[in-house]
Amino acid sequence: MALPPPDPEFVLRGTSAAVHTLHFSCACQEPDFPILFSGSENGFVHVWNLKTRRVDTALDGHGRKSVYWVETMDAKDRLLSQGRDQRICLWDLAEGRTSVTDSVFTENVGFCRCSLLKVAQGRWLMAMAAKSLEEVQVLELPSKTSVCTLKPEVGAKLGMPMCLKLWQLDSGSQPWLLAGYEDGSVILWNLSMGKALSQLVCHQEPVMSLDFDSEKAKGISGSSEKVLSIWSLNEQQNLQVHKIHKLVNSGISDITIRSDKKILATAGWDHRIRIFGWKKMKPLAVLDYHTATVHCVSFSDHRNPTERLLAAGSKDHRISIWSIYTQT
Amino acid sequence: MVVETLEQFLQEGRLSALMWEVCQQQAQDRSPELQETLLSKIVCLPDHVSNKLQGKNPPVFFPQNYFPLLGSAIIQVLQKISDSLRGGSDCSISFVSHVLGKVCIHGRQKEILSVLVPHLTDVTKSDCIWQRICWRLVECVPDRWMEAVVLGFVQRASGADVLSRLLGNLVVKNKKAQFVMTQKLLLLQYGYTTAVLQNVLGYLSLDSLRRALLIKVLQELLETWGSSSAVKHSPAEQQQYISKAILICLSHLKEPEIESCRQELLASMMAGVKCHLDSSLPQIRRLGMIVAESISLKINTDGPVLKFQYEEDNETRELKSLLVQTPPCSVVPSLPDDDRNERADAALPVVLESNEKPHRAAPVMPDEESDAELDSDDDLIPYDMSEDKELKTTKAPVYIRDCIEVLTGSDDVDKWDATIKALENLIQKNPAATREVSVELAKILLHLEEKTCIEGFAELRQRAQVAVLITDPIPVAQYLTSQFYSLNYSLRQRMDILDVLVLAAQEMSYPKIRGKNKHSGAQKPCIQLLPGSDSSKDWRRIVNERIKSKTRRFAKGQSEVKQGSVPNEFNSIAGHFFFPLIQNFDRPLSTFDLLGEDHFVLGRLAHTLAILMYLAVNAMAVTTMGKALLEFVWALRFHTDSYVRQGLLSCISSILLGVPTEHLLEDMTEELLETQSWLADVVEKDPDGDCRRLALQNLLLMENLKKKLETVPF
Repeated sequence: MALPPPDPEFVLRGTSAAVHTLHFSCACQEPDFPILFSGSENGFVHVWNLKTRRVDTALDGHGRKSVYWVETMDAKDRLLSQGRDQRICLWDLAEGRTSVTDSVFTENVGFCRCSLLKVAQGRWLMAMAAKSLEEVQVLELPSKTSVCTLKPEVGAKLGMPMCLKLWQLDSGSQPWLLAGYEDGSVILWNLSMGKALSQLVCHQEPVMSLDFDSEKAKGISGSSEKVLSIWSLNEQQNLQVHKIHKLVNSGISDITIRSDKKILATAGWDHRIRIFGWKKMKPLAVLDYHTATVHCVSFSDHRNPTERLLAAGSKDHRISIWSIYTQT
Repeated sequence: MVVETLEQFLQEGRLSALMWEVCQQQAQDRSPELQETLLSKIVCLPDHVSNKLQGKNPPVFFPQNYFPLLGSAIIQVLQKISDSLRGGSDCSISFVSHVLGKVCIHGRQKEILSVLVPHLTDVTKSDCIWQRICWRLVECVPDRWMEAVVLGFVQRASGADVLSRLLGNLVVKNKKAQFVMTQKLLLLQYGYTTAVLQNVLGYLSLDSLRRALLIKVLQELLETWGSSSAVKHSPAEQQQYISKAILICLSHLKEPEIESCRQELLASMMAGVKCHLDSSLPQIRRLGMIVAESISLKINTDGPVLKFQYEEDNETRELKSLLVQTPPCSVVPSLPDDDRNERADAALPVVLESNEKPHRAAPVMPDEESDAELDSDDDLIPYDMSEDKELKTTKAPVYIRDCIEVLTGSDDVDKWDATIKALENLIQKNPAATREVSVELAKILLHLEEKTCIEGFAELRQRAQVAVLITDPIPVAQYLTSQFYSLNYSLRQRMDILDVLVLAAQEMSYPKIRGKNKHSGAQKPCIQLLPGSDSSKDWRRIVNERIKSKTRRFAKGQSEVKQGSVPNEFNSIAGHFFFPLIQNFDRPLSTFDLLGEDHFVLGRLAHTLAILMYLAVNAMAVTTMGKALLEFVWALRFHTDSYVRQGLLSCISSILLGVPTEHLLEDMTEELLETQSWLADVVEKDPDGDCRRLALQNLLLMENLKKKLETVPF
């Protein structure tokens, strides 16, 4: 008999639509308050004040089309949001403004979330699914210049990119991209050469989400199947399957490793959030609160590790906030 | 002047001198007349004095002062007797015995024995001369006073071993004492405490001569316990008393003794279990189970043991604790008696606590366990993940007809499960669609059996049945009532029918929005009709509540404030529920004999009719219903089963409350008068306490009606 799993710290209600994406911005210092951005199916981005636990602002910039990715560029007042209206908007939220200062028209009809990586002060890379079905395009922000377009080999039949992860070993070094595709494979791209270095078939179904730990050179991906696939990158830049973890119910919509690389959380189609120890994939907790598919999970970036939170957004219109394994 | 002298006489302790004198004379056998006079003077002194002096009686002559004084005088005399015996001279104790007996028969046991018994307990501890004196003292009590003395001793002795020291083998020597202790106290009376039972039976077990009596007593107790007539006709309290006595007897029996009468024990156990389980009162059934379990435990030391399923409560635990008591002879004799009593009292709660402890201790353990399995290089402690089970995705059907299909033909367990859970809601949401198939659906539900283990299946099915009945009352009620009297149904199904009728009638007659009251089942006085053992208590509770509330209304002219008025849906169709049920009760079928052995269903039927009658208040048909019901009651009024009689008495209450007063008096005067005399009879003679109470309440209701008529002239 172990302790029963904890209840949510609190629950945010009021998006009045399914929540598809979440992003914390909590690194600020007093008197600024921690913030959670949420993107929902009705096209709004909600800015939640985590101190009052209420919506500060609701941003309407995607023509009521579902928002499925939000990310900040350094400060919490520069926000990127991606919507089903095929646009990526850059918001200026400073001093109470709520205006879209720039936008990118992706022309992509898929559901693939973008990935953002800060490569230098004031310079970011953003990977996004491009207009052409199988391609991934990498832009430099804020200039919006195209860095490269990653095309699979002719006849590879990978299908659409489903999830992206830009990473680099340490700041200043070469950036890499991991992309999960519709056919269940994960490909490691070299951005400077624009070439696929390694391909690994992790799943039989489209890869729904992946995350990668560059320190341990190990990643994890989930699909609509009943398994989580853990793979590693060896010195020769080859991906290989490390372990397959079986789940009770099928379907994973999001995976996030916490920034301290100790635990990871998965968002399940079975309405449950699962917590694992990252080192050995030891199952730690099953958080059963939501009444519909959980779409996204996100860990906060609090400076003080004991304040760290986990947020999960679900089809049941709710965002549950959890405080779990904060002492380690 | 005379009074003062007498007072002085008493205060100087001359009473003991007087008695000692007589004792010495008696040894030489002189003047019985004088003794007789003295005896009556000594014992009746307080009465004589108070008769003469009326209010000016000095306190020393108050019985509560005089008899303790007499008691200590007796102690002094006994002391002298003991001294003289030790000195080798002879003297008689019979005069003291006479005094004691006469005092006891005059009802002053408490006063005199509360002085005598503790002293005698003390001095007989290690002195065999005192023991002999004590034995003689009781033995010499004349037969006509023996009972009072023995009962006094039994009630006041602090333990079986003390009783054994004080009485010796009286029970073997004296026929009267034997009768009192082995028959009257155990089989004819039942008001004594468990401690008294333990005293008596422990006393019987403490000597080899008396042990034969113990076995005989056990056999007689078992005979009573196993007699179906006794089970039917004696009050529940007495049956409990006898059960206790049996359990105590069993606790005293030793292996060889059990061996000698194993067959008889087995036979009487089998008979007893049968007639107890036949009883319609849950308390009696449970008593039967406990006693049978205990007997089987004793006689089958190695073989399989009987085991029944019943809910444990304080009463069952108390009964069972009687079986495992430590025999009194093992108690250290040097313990002060008062302490021993306290210990015996404390023993029960200790047992209860130890039963509960494991539950409380459980949540404390997991921490240590999970520490042990902690991963050496992973300091994250997992939470409980036992709830992580496969998510069920089967969708419940959306149409009533789909439900019928699933319930009749589907082998898909998940689907079946989802259907039965969704059915009530579906029926309530689609009344029109339900009406098209209502009877068919009612039929399916009535025959529905649990395929897999579903939590709350019985309730789910019942709720669905009620929903169907409410949606389409007339045809469904017709169907259900006709099935109640048809062939080849189990008793369970027949009772289901009754329960569904009552619940539906209740729901229809309450002025509530139906959607609401569905969830507030706990608040409304809903009858718990599912297979719970306590349902009959609930019936009674409701009838009582009703009578209480109604009685108040008659007395004070108050009426309850009700929110919003909604037409009583039940009124117009009450007849469809009621008359088909009451029609055929006296026609036995090959599989169903209401008037015979299926009297439990008859009891339920009576209660159901009572409730339907009550709910139909203000309906057009109520007078006819009342008349029919009164006839039904009249036909069954001498039924042997108390549960049935309780139902009938509830019927009477319902009639009195439901039928308008004018109609009652105009149309059923004669029947009412007859009923009244029957009620008076029940109040006096019925062995069941609840029946007596209900009858009394009914008489009060009648009285109220009469008063009401007097105040409101026609």
